[in-house]
Amino acid sequence: MSAAPIELPRWADTALVPLVSVAAALVVAGLVVLSIGESPLEATALLLKGSLGSLEGLGFTLYYTTNFIFTGLAVAVAFHAGLFNIGGEGQATIAGIFAALACLWLAPLPGILLVPLAILAAAAGGALWAFIPGYLQATRGSHVVITTIMFNFIAATLIVYLLVEVMGKAGSMQPETPDFPKQAVLTPIHELLGAFGLKLPSTPLNTSFLLALAALVAVWALIYRSRLGYAIRTVGANPRAAAYAGISPARITMVAMAISGALAGGLAVNEAMGVQHRLVLDFTAGYGFVGIAVALMGRGHPVGVGLAALLFGVLYQGGAELSFDKPTITRDMVVVIGGIVILFAGALDGLFRRLVASVLNLGRGG
Amino acid sequence: MEIVQTLAVILDSTIRLSIPLLCAALAGLWSERSGVVDIGLEGKMLIAAFASAVVAYHSGSAWAGLGAGMLAAIALSLVHGFAAITWRGNQIVSGVAINMLAVGLTAILGNAWYGQGGRTPNLEGSARFPELDLPLVGAIKGIPILGPIYDIAISGHTAPVYLAVLALVLTALTLKHTRFGLRLRAVGENPAAVDTAGVSVAGLRYAAVIICGALCGLGGTYLAVSQSAGFLPQMTAGKGFIALAAVIFANWRPWPALFACLLFGLLDAVAIRLQGVVLPGIGQVPVQAIQALPYVMTVVLLAGFIGRATPPKASGLPYVKER
Repeated sequence: MSAAPIELPRWADTALVPLVSVAAALVVAGLVVLSIGESPLEATALLLKGSLGSLEGLGFTLYYTTNFIFTGLAVAVAFHAGLFNIGGEGQATIAGIFAALACLWLAPLPGILLVPLAILAAAAGGALWAFIPGYLQATRGSHVVITTIMFNFIAATLIVYLLVEVMGKAGSMQPETPDFPKQAVLTPIHELLGAFGLKLPSTPLNTSFLLALAALVAVWALIYRSRLGYAIRTVGANPRAAAYAGISPARITMVAMAISGALAGGLAVNEAMGVQHRLVLDFTAGYGFVGIAVALMGRGHPVGVGLAALLFGVLYQGGAELSFDKPTITRDMVVVIGGIVILFAGALDGLFRRLVASVLNLGRGG
Repeated sequence: MEIVQTLAVILDSTIRLSIPLLCAALAGLWSERSGVVDIGLEGKMLIAAFASAVVAYHSGSAWAGLGAGMLAAIALSLVHGFAAITWRGNQIVSGVAINMLAVGLTAILGNAWYGQGGRTPNLEGSARFPELDLPLVGAIKGIPILGPIYDIAISGHTAPVYLAVLALVLTALTLKHTRFGLRLRAVGENPAAVDTAGVSVAGLRYAAVIICGALCGLGGTYLAVSQSAGFLPQMTAGKGFIALAAVIFANWRPWPALFACLLFGLLDAVAIRLQGVVLPGIGQVPVQAIQALPYVMTVVLLAGFIGRATPPKASGLPYVKER
């Protein structure tokens, strides 16, 4: 997109530019902290201590990281195909509904069948909710961005209707489904490792974290080692050239969106099946949007996405602890940092490349 | 008579609910007609709602609130312009960033300053816009049909409502009948032609983006200082996106945008009234179905199943000189 691309060495392009934008985002966040009369250094110390300073903190950090890996990968896969999927929230919502239906309808099944089926249902729900915008763009020319925005809102009203009128727990004033059967619940990591004699504090971290790590590897293999991944990257780089080479951009658009949505469904697996053990309203909690920041920061590469997801996990968990100690600094700081990372790493890319280039003394003068 | 009264009341609430949509839709229209796609309308309205409530509370003046709301939204608009126009960045990404920034900043600052879970203190007296009676209300009131409609629906709104209508008229006239408007539309269709004619593409786009900010400011201020008595976290609740839908529905034209906003406002007003009502033959209509209607309609329209939405040709494309 950028007009006169500034040539940078590869290491600077993949690592330095995102790091500079994150550093800048943290500086801005520090200024916000200063403006409300708190010390950014003290806040940073509390944040790190709260997220990495104890096994319990680390467990929570990795639980949040799980969510960000899924939503970050979702955005990244679509990016590779040249698509901007901002519908992660909606896709995860529908995935949650599908997972809940599977867990509640198939309740008599043993866990070894029920859990994989429910995870597949979640993936299918997310894939469906992303496939439709992909289909509409591929065949009817309506832009994926606008359609996925609209689909976020449609999903949000749909889940309210279902939880209040259809799937809601009888006698409960909360918009939530009944509890899932016990065998549908994903094993918490502290229980899993407890079986091997490792004593860990109880945290929401569960086996879907392993699923997220597997997704990182799978997406890497898909994008960089498979025929489909090559087709996706070709369409993303140049749809016309792809069509000339016999790759159908329309088909790739639909396939990439479906994969993207299925990955977003992982958020529902972690939240509904791993932590809440039922479907609640607003479980997506903005993770879908932070996923955009994660994907941009990670440059769409699974290694980068994993690291960026960990960073946002640290910010999220550390932020929660921080707001406990300093009630004036709420968790919304993560949203601000996410917004600034998106702005700097995504939209002001040109400016940051120029800055990095001039620092590296490679600027050629635009 | 009863029915006229009821219709007038529904029309009144339709107008009230349409005004923030109209402001944001006009804002989006200006920006997109100049070729700058803007999905940050929501964030700009939100920051304006917050800034206007804060300033109105401390100054005791609703008008000072309006000024602050507009300035705050223009500031965010300029960030968008800087990324989209000067640095030719991805406009969608920038819009997403602006929405997130607004949600986070208003929540943090509101909570830190007032400690009421992100709300601002209640606005009272001159810190809110008073309802204005239009001239001749007393005289026209007695006329059947026309009277109640004029009295209940048309008169008795606050200043931002009438400002929004004025903005609509000015937008329509400026875009269609002035040199500035012609150039602005041209820059959204074919920036190279405008550049060749010696007019600054960046200048026109910055102008459009600033007007967009000012209008988002008006809409956000209306929400916090007129419709409600203060700022509530995430009080825009998707209105910026419904406005975006209205722009698409109106095919990027001002007068149809008014009708799209009135339609969406009417749906909103009806949804509130239909809560729990059983309609003969249909049964109980889920409120959520009505709430989702604008979004569903937009998807259907964009897919070309009813009519066709044709955005300005150069929208979303950064302009590169000399290529």
